[in-house]
Amino acid sequence: MYSPKTIKYFNSPKNYGKIKNPDGIGKVGNIICGDVMWLYIKIGKDKKKQEVIKDIKYETFGCVAAIATSGQVTELAKGKTIAEALAISKDAIVEELGGLPPIKLHCSVLAVDALAEAIYDYLSKNKRQFRKI
Amino acid sequence: MRSPTLIYLDYAATTPVDPRVVKTMLPYFTKKFGNTASLHSFGLEAKEAVEKGRKIIADAIKASVKEIYFTSSASESNNLALKGLAWANKDKKHIIISSVEHDCVLTSAAWLEQQGWSLTLLPVDKYGLVDPKEVQKAIRPDTLAVSVMHANNEIGTVNPIGEIGKICRDKGVYFHTDAAQTFGKIPIDVNRLNIDLLTASAHKMCGPKGVAMLYVRSGVRIRPLLHGGGHEGGLRSSTLNVPAIVGFAEGVKICLAEMKKESARLGKLRDKLIKGALTKISDSHLNGHPKKRLPNNANFRFSYIEGEALIMMLDNLGIAASTASACSSPKLQPSHVLLACGLRPQDAHGSLRLSLGRWTTESEIDKVLEVLPAVVEKLRKISPFSSINN
Ligand code: FES
Repeated sequence: MYSPKTIKYFNSPKNYGKIKNPDGIGKVGNIICGDVMWLYIKIGKDKKKQEVIKDIKYETFGCVAAIATSGQVTELAKGKTIAEALAISKDAIVEELGGLPPIKLHCSVLAVDALAEAIYDYLSKNKRQFRKI
Repeated sequence: MRSPTLIYLDYAATTPVDPRVVKTMLPYFTKKFGNTASLHSFGLEAKEAVEKGRKIIADAIKASVKEIYFTSSASESNNLALKGLAWANKDKKHIIISSVEHDCVLTSAAWLEQQGWSLTLLPVDKYGLVDPKEVQKAIRPDTLAVSVMHANNEIGTVNPIGEIGKICRDKGVYFHTDAAQTFGKIPIDVNRLNIDLLTASAHKMCGPKGVAMLYVRSGVRIRPLLHGGGHEGGLRSSTLNVPAIVGFAEGVKICLAEMKKESARLGKLRDKLIKGALTKISDSHLNGHPKKRLPNNANFRFSYIEGEALIMMLDNLGIAASTASACSSPKLQPSHVLLACGLRPQDAHGSLRLSLGRWTTESEIDKVLEVLPAVVEKLRKISPFSSINN
């Protein structure tokens, strides 16, 4: 039922674990099946002095789709500016994975939400506005 | 042919058909293909084969041939038992079932509830056992029937159906049991156990899919679900699936002949598996009763991880197993069986069922015990909960 790419992401998960002293943490839960994802980010500056996601890690308690989308979102967000990271949509993740079974689409929402939460956490700690761009 | 290195530990879902069974079935597809309702020699030949099979199956549970009705599946048998009883006995409007029944019993009963029957769900203890005293308490003057499964398909707990049968008999209430997981594995005597209706299926005991049976004690009032040519004494119209019935009977014959030795062999492997997994893996628990369980069922739960992910990882390593986690269910809901045993939804998440069978070997169990701890560990590394607890 899963695409080969989803299985690949699931089998060799990347970017899982914790970041010590993260700049932002996103903790989200899934009321549909009870799954949980925590996402950690570290913010740095790129050459143009823009704020970028320097490091990103996740911890997920969930199904194959949840683990694969967690990995996928961290891959997509790494090195991106905050604006770019916030623009990552669940559809982009699903497409990148070669599709998900319809019953598993809700798992990909979890990943996008966790990323947005982590960025929001960072911005609010620094007393800045959260703008969905 | 699948690779011989694949390890199949999902016998509770379905079994391979024993080659001896296949051999007895084959002539009934091409040469002895008659319809049992036909008067010519082809029909007679088919009818004889079916009746021979019926006798083997009746003898296996100490019933008479007139009391065995062939159906297409255990789900059909369970539907027929509940709805058939209800429609034939409309003066009695109360039905009792256990809260850990298979979905086909639960949803049949729920459907009857919508039609005006009242329904009592019996609680179970933390091992999934039904207490006969609860049955006694639940029976009312308008109770029609009690349905309690012999052994649970998920956690393998074996219920005291003899005691429950006795209570039902004393109170004049019909007793139905779903024996899909026990027929062919545990001896069943419908008289000694006071069973009025019993469901059994072929594909759980190395027979073919598409055939099952319902035992109905003579004198029990029951109506058909399927109307038509009046097969099976009018209780189940449909052309008989002759090859499958022949295979079912052969499967029963083999199970009976090998039952004692086989259940001792499987029981030993099961115990090795349970002991090994529980000692090698931290925060692991056994689901179901430690003693009163099917000889071929081991069911665990591992904290902090999710079952579907676990199954997929095991599958990649060539081990086929099953889970009852919410993520793996079509309704995204945790197992009603584990919840009825008092588990919280998050605990029900990391369940793993390993069910053994005729071709399970000790070296396969050793292999699982070697691989499983590493797989659980890998998933725990990804999970946020295991690190909190470290
Ligand atoms: S996380 Fe539960 S279905 Fe995907």
